[in-house]
Amino acid sequence: MNRHLISAGDLSLDDALLILDTADELDLVAERPVKKLPTLRGRTVVNLFYEDSTRTRISFEAAAKRLSADVINFSAKGSSVAKGESLKDTALTLEAMGADAVVIRHGASGAPHRLAGWVRGSVVNAGDGTHEHPTQALLDAFTMRRRLGRLDGLRVVIVGDVLHSRVARSNVLLLSTLGAEVTLVAPPTLLPVAVGGWPCSVGYDLDAALPKADVVMMLRVQQERMNAAYFPTVREYSRRYGLDADRMALLPEHGIVMHPGPMNRGVEIAAEVADSVRSTIVEQVANGVSVRMAVLYLLLGGSAAS
Amino acid sequence: MTHAADQAGRGTRPGGPRLTPRRDAPRGGEEQRKTVLEPAEIRRALTRIAHEILERTNGAADVVLLGIPTRGVPLAQRLAGRLEQVEGRPVPAGSLDITMYRDDLRLRPARALGHTEVPTAGIDGRIVVLVDDVLYSGRTVRAALDALGELGRPRAVQLAVLIDRGHRELPIRADYVGKNLPTSQREMVRVLLTEVDGEDAVLLSASPAEREGS
Repeated sequence: MNRHLISAGDLSLDDALLILDTADELDLVAERPVKKLPTLRGRTVVNLFYEDSTRTRISFEAAAKRLSADVINFSAKGSSVAKGESLKDTALTLEAMGADAVVIRHGASGAPHRLAGWVRGSVVNAGDGTHEHPTQALLDAFTMRRRLGRLDGLRVVIVGDVLHSRVARSNVLLLSTLGAEVTLVAPPTLLPVAVGGWPCSVGYDLDAALPKADVVMMLRVQQERMNAAYFPTVREYSRRYGLDADRMALLPEHGIVMHPGPMNRGVEIAAEVADSVRSTIVEQVANGVSVRMAVLYLLLGGSAAS
Repeated sequence: MTHAADQAGRGTRPGGPRLTPRRDAPRGGEEQRKTVLEPAEIRRALTRIAHEILERTNGAADVVLLGIPTRGVPLAQRLAGRLEQVEGRPVPAGSLDITMYRDDLRLRPARALGHTEVPTAGIDGRIVVLVDDVLYSGRTVRAALDALGELGRPRAVQLAVLIDRGHRELPIRADYVGKNLPTSQREMVRVLLTEVDGEDAVLLSASPAEREGS
């Protein structure tokens, strides 16, 4: 495995399976009376968050703490970044403090890649702009494997705002490595220009894609990144690309519904769907901790030379 | 943990094939190898250990067997089978992975984890018998004791090993030993078990085994 986890595309099939298998074992720790392993004692993990986040930051923090690492949380608000400090200077500060791993979320695509060139520790991408979010893809794959027992040959439909979604890109890259067939379904305005080069197929009709899907993953409509009119009205979007109970009935019996969160209930997903037994949304959060433990263990647990 | 059988099973690198049992195929320059235990001798040793466990634990009423992956697990299963044969009631057996508790994690790239499965009855108040194939430095057992302490509080912990090859680095001893095997540190002991390797044998080879950290 590489020293950093920047892109889901950097993971080989063996790497990805190793992470998922390790997460399977670490998941059992959550059921023990003592939910802690001594493995990363004395190591420091810095959570460097330039963008708001609830579940990802807490998830990384819980994962690092369960492995006994020391965790330093840094958020751009209330730090020197508000005074104009550059990413590089912040990175050098962290370096001087002896961070063994830096978990970074940044609004600019490519920030983790730049950071990896400045620090000695491992860099874990926790979401950079509209680029990638590899640990989310790993936890999604983990959740699918848990629920459906396999990934190879699985048919996954990813629906919605692909253009602004780092989750979609990471999922397409990882799932294709793992042998799943991914179909993106979105209005043409919300698909990236280069989507033709992605290892997946593209459709525009959700109703046609659902009956064959083992997994349907709804993406959040990212209003905060939308600086133009990508669709006429939220209501129209919701009617054509939102998942309501009637649409969910089109899924095969074993089909599951996923959402990376945070949800816009009533926009891309109806409340009754989000709360149904087919929805894995809460499971995804729990699995996130195990998967991030696996990533931190595999990056930091051994010697640096590999 | 330093014996070679273990390296084949547990020291798998990330990115490589996972837990592929390395068969005992002779490599290029045929190394000196000696069979220490034949299948029948392994069978007898386990039967004797089973009887010793019964004697020392008053019929194994509270015993839980926990095998240390990779090869401790099938050994624990076999012992459980023998205890059941003699006593006529099932004895719970499981596995205890110690990777996350090793003291040499930083000496090698991160390794794949083994499986931990504690029998549903739990270990609180019970007599836990740890089972491993080879006892060498004692560091694996120390890690196992740490791991055990976070799963519960057994009434007592005992240790059963198929081979004790000496060279302890910690104050640890086995309660049940299949065979005491005096070795030099340059030798490698390999335990092969049908469940993992397709055959039963204990081999001693004279090839220079690097003492990879443990």
